[in-house]
Amino acid sequence: MPEEVTRRRFLEKLSIALGGVCAAMLGVPVVGFVVAPLFRKMKDTWISVGKTDEFEIGKTVNVPFPDPSPLPWAGITAKGAAWLRREGNGQFTAFSVNCTHMGCPVRWLPDAELFMCPCHGGVYYKDGTVAAGPPPKPLVRFEVRVANNRVEIKAAAIPITTRL
Amino acid sequence: MKRLLRAVGKWIEDRLGIAELIRPSMKHLVPRDAGWWYVFGSATMVAFIVQVVTGVALAFSYVSSSSQAYETLVFITNDAPFGSFLRGLHYFGASAMVLMLGAHMAQTFLFGSYKFPREMNWATGVLLLGFTLVMGFTGQLLRWDQNATWSVVVAAEQAGRVPFIGDWLARFILGGNTIGGATLSRFFAIHVFLIPGLMFLFVALHLRLVLRHGISEPPTAGKPVDPKTYRQEYAKLLAKTGRPFWPDGAWRDFVFGTGLIVVIVLLALLVGPPALDKPPDPSVLTADPRPDWYLLWYFAVLALIPPRLEGYVMILAPAVIGVILLVAPLLNNRGERAPSRRPWSIAVVLLSVITIGSLWIAGARSPWSPNFDPVPLTPKIIGATSGPVFKGARLFQEKACLNCHLIEGHGGRRGPDLTHIAGKLTKNDMTIRIVNGGVNMPAFGAMLKPEEVDDLVAFLQTRKIQRP
Repeated sequence: MPEEVTRRRFLEKLSIALGGVCAAMLGVPVVGFVVAPLFRKMKDTWISVGKTDEFEIGKTVNVPFPDPSPLPWAGITAKGAAWLRREGNGQFTAFSVNCTHMGCPVRWLPDAELFMCPCHGGVYYKDGTVAAGPPPKPLVRFEVRVANNRVEIKAAAIPITTRL
Repeated sequence: MKRLLRAVGKWIEDRLGIAELIRPSMKHLVPRDAGWWYVFGSATMVAFIVQVVTGVALAFSYVSSSSQAYETLVFITNDAPFGSFLRGLHYFGASAMVLMLGAHMAQTFLFGSYKFPREMNWATGVLLLGFTLVMGFTGQLLRWDQNATWSVVVAAEQAGRVPFIGDWLARFILGGNTIGGATLSRFFAIHVFLIPGLMFLFVALHLRLVLRHGISEPPTAGKPVDPKTYRQEYAKLLAKTGRPFWPDGAWRDFVFGTGLIVVIVLLALLVGPPALDKPPDPSVLTADPRPDWYLLWYFAVLALIPPRLEGYVMILAPAVIGVILLVAPLLNNRGERAPSRRPWSIAVVLLSVITIGSLWIAGARSPWSPNFDPVPLTPKIIGATSGPVFKGARLFQEKACLNCHLIEGHGGRRGPDLTHIAGKLTKNDMTIRIVNGGVNMPAFGAMLKPEEVDDLVAFLQTRKIQRP
C-alpha cells in the first residue's frame, strides 16, 4: 500500500508540474506579446512642421505632424499635434497639447492668450504655466529647433503625469 | 407520430442528458414569498444576454483597426440594415445592465442577503460590477471617434498616477507611447474576449452559488442570521413552504425581463444610438471628451475634488471602495437582516444614490468647463454703443472672460455669475481681482493695458442689481 500511495503522489505532482510547464510555455509568449508596446522606444526623430517664415512672431499656432513610426494600420490616428509659438527670429517654443491634469487637448484662445482645457477647466498662460484649475504642473514642452530654415519638433510620447 | 417523437426525444435525452442536467436547477425550491424584489438579478442577466447577442452581431461588421473602425461605425449606423437599431440596442442594453446591477446590489444589501452563507455570492457580484463598468468604458472606446481616442488618453493619465508602475500602466493602455495602431485592437480584445470571458466564468460561479445556497428568504425583523442554525432553518422553510423555481418563481423574472427588453427596444428605436463624434484624428484639438452617462459621476469627481487630494482619490478611492465592498459581508455576516432593524443600510443606499445622482447631474452640466462658444453679448445687454462700457464689454468677450462667466444668461459657468457683480464688488475690488486673478481665475495683469482694465471695470460697474 505505501508504494501505491507514493506512486499516486508522484503522478499527482507530475501532472500538476506538467500543467505548470504548459502554462509557462503558453503564458510567457502571451504576456510578452501583450506587454510588448511598453518597451517600444520612441525613435529620436525630428519632424518638420513648416518653414520658419510661415510662423509669425508672438503667435501661437497648432501644428499637426505625422507619427514618425506608425504601425501600418494606424491610419488617421498616425498623427500628433503641438502648440508652437514663435518667440523671436530663431526662437520657438512647442507645447504638448495634452493638459497635465487628465491629458485632454487644450485649446489656445489667441485674444486672451490663454490655453484652456475643455474637460475640467484647466487654464494655462501663454508660457504654459498654470493659470487656474486643477492641472498639477505646466504644459510639457517639446524640444524644438530650426534646421535648414525649417522648424522641427522632436517626436515625444504623450506626457503622463505620474505624481499623486 | 407522437410516439416516434417521444422515442427520438428519449434517445437524445439518454445520450445528452440535458434535461437531467437542467431539471434540478429549474425545479430547485425557492421561498414562497420571494416576490418582485427578486427580479433584478435575472434582469441584469437578461441585459447581459442582450449585450452578448447584439455585440456578436455588431462584430460581423466592425473592424478593430485604428484606421477603419470609425468608417465601419459610420457604415453600421448609416447604411447597414438594422445597424443603427443594433447599436441602439447595445447602448441601451449596457445602460440597462448598469441600472439593473445597481438595483440588484441595493436590494441584496437592503435585505441583508449578503450575510451567511451567501458572502461569496456578494463577492462574485462585486467583481461582476467591476467587469460591467470596464465593459461600459471599453465599449465607449470602441466607437473610435474623437471622444473615444481622447478618453483613452484620459484613462492613461489616470493610470499614470498609480505609484511606481503608473507610467507602465499608461503605456499599456495607450498601446505604446502615443495613440495609434496598437491602441484600439487591445481595447477590442479586452471588450470582446477578455472581460466577457471573465464575466461568463463569474456569472456561472454566481449562479452556481445561488443554487448552492438558495435564494435568500425575504427578511423578517427579529429573526437574525445565526450561522450555527441558519442552514437547518432555511432547509426547514423550503421543505415547508418552498415552491419550485420553474415556473412558480421564474414567471416574474420572465415578465420583468420581457418588460426590460421592450424598454430597450423602444429606446433603441425612438432615441437611437449615441451619435458618433468627429473622426479620431489626434491632431484635431477641438475635442470635448466626455464619458457615457454611467461614468459621468466619476468625471464630476475628477473636477470637484481639491487638486492636492486628487491623485489619492483617483487611485485609493476605487481600491478602498472595492475592498470595502468585497470584505463587507465577511465583517458583518450574521445578525438582523430586516432593513427596519438596520436603518443604517437604508442610509447607505440613500446616501450612495444621492451622491452618485448629484455628481451625475454635476457631470452632465459640467459647469467647471469653459464655454468655448458663448453667445455674444447683445447691444441691449451691454447698454452702450461706444465709450469705456462698450470697449469693456468687447474686452470681456475677447479676453475670454465670457467663456467662464455668465452675464444675463450669456457665457460660461466656470466662474461666478457676473450679472449683478457691481452690487457685490467695488471698483477697486474688481481691479484687484482682474489684475491679480483669484481663486481659480487667471491673473490678467500682464495681459491687459491699464486702460483696458479700466474699460473692463467700467463695463462691470454697469452690472447692477436690477430693481423692480
